[in-house]
Amino acid sequence: MSALFPLELAAVSFRPNGQEVLRGVDLSLGGEGITVVLGPNGAGKSVLLRMLCGLLQPTGGTLRWGSAPGPGREVAMVFQHPMMLRDTVLANVGLGLKAHGVSRQDRVARGHAMLARIGLTDRAGQSARQLSGGERQRLALGRAWLTRPRLLLLDEPTASLDPSGVEAVERIIREIRTDGTKVVMTTHNLGQATRLADDVVFLADGAVREHAPVQRFFARPVSPEARLFIKGELPWHVGF
Amino acid sequence: MGGLGVAFLEALDRLFRLDAQVVEIIALSLRVSLTAVMLGTLMGLPLGAAMAVGRYPGKQAAAVVVNALMGLPAVVVGVVVYLALSRSGPLGGLGLLYSPAAMVVAQVVLVLPLMAAIARQVVEDAWRDYEEELAAMRFTWGTAVVTLLHDCRHSLLVAVLAGVGRAMSEVGAVMIVGGNIDHSTRVMTTAIALETSKGDLPLALALGMVLLAVILMVNGLAYGLRVWARGRFE
Ligand SMILES: Nc1ncnc2c1ncn2[C@@H]1O[C@H](COP(=O)(O)OP(=O)(O)OP(=O)(O)O)[C@@H](O)[C@H]1O
Ligand SMILES: [Mg+2]
Repeated sequence: MSALFPLELAAVSFRPNGQEVLRGVDLSLGGEGITVVLGPNGAGKSVLLRMLCGLLQPTGGTLRWGSAPGPGREVAMVFQHPMMLRDTVLANVGLGLKAHGVSRQDRVARGHAMLARIGLTDRAGQSARQLSGGERQRLALGRAWLTRPRLLLLDEPTASLDPSGVEAVERIIREIRTDGTKVVMTTHNLGQATRLADDVVFLADGAVREHAPVQRFFARPVSPEARLFIKGELPWHVGF
Repeated sequence: MGGLGVAFLEALDRLFRLDAQVVEIIALSLRVSLTAVMLGTLMGLPLGAAMAVGRYPGKQAAAVVVNALMGLPAVVVGVVVYLALSRSGPLGGLGLLYSPAAMVVAQVVLVLPLMAAIARQVVEDAWRDYEEELAAMRFTWGTAVVTLLHDCRHSLLVAVLAGVGRAMSEVGAVMIVGGNIDHSTRVMTTAIALETSKGDLPLALALGMVLLAVILMVNGLAYGLRVWARGRFE
């Protein structure tokens, strides 16, 4: 098996039609822990995650997944608004396995086991489209987790969830990490970043402004942009 | 009572007596059209889904072509299939002309583009919604086609229904390739056309009422299924 890590980005740019989204991103990510990508709206966080998944190609620079030829089945991604087939929760949790050619019988068995881990056992036979936002997000995480990826990309997995929904999703993300999966995720919730991250990548104006261990990043941000960003967005600085 | 009223009463009488001639014609109609729709479903839905999934050069042009073929006039299909099946045609050796099999062939040609076009539209809408996530899960093209066909199963009923409606109600194609032969290739629409011109209004009316009833029933059934599916899965 070829190693997927380190993920190496050298001078990666993304300029799809004149608009410069990423310009010269240099980044190296190891195969352990949780990396949280922070940055203001439109910084290019989602674009970066899609590139790591192989869904978008850089228009310049190089992107390497260790010695692997490209991102294959060991790379999974959960989107901000996960799609649900017009089918049961059980069928949806096994969808990733279906793509991998796993038999129906195995999908059912492993699907049930996964639903137990993500707390959706009693929903197995219900329509996935009738789940709440938080339940959908858990289902999408379980669907990706079930394929045992080496790298899991999460785009704002807790956007618009209530505190208990956020907590449930964070618990699952920690378990996935403990299982040996490298997680790269974006969030606008800085509290969540401090709770989950091992390291933080701060993206602004299409480039990586800072890549540091989480405590260092929040205690002593080096770049002025990061300092402003933390000030502006940390909840305990909001005056009301 | 006027002539129309008398004809109407006699039509009802024939239906309730299960007039042998009427029953025979109805049975052949159903056999031919349902066989054609079944074959059209097996070929047209996968074809439409295959066209819908993926990006390839000429995708839009292909969509325009199947959409245009939806409106193919039945008589034109009749003539083309006639030429193909006639003794000197490429399929003349099969000896199918003026048989129910020939009528099935003509109706398949008629309903296939219709069903493929509807399936293509329905599946493409779903595919657009799912494209990115299917790619992230590394779905192959074939598995994606199968998965999307299954996902759209309730909407695809519309395509099947449209096929039933088209096949049951067309006259031109079955008339030309079947020949409207009594006890052999006479179906509801060709019988209606013939009996009306001969002046046997009761028989024409009776068959017309059955035709309407069948189409209403099929649609009612499908509507019920859609309502159930929506409550269950949407
Ligand atoms: N596939 C694409 N092709 C071209 N441009 C894109 C594509 N995806 C995103 N963009 C553009 O890239 C810019 C950055 O978008 P992106 O979604 O990555 O921001 P983000 O950091 O995730 O923001 P947010 O915090 O709001 O989610 C936007 O201006 C967007 O219009
Ligand atoms: Mg985003």
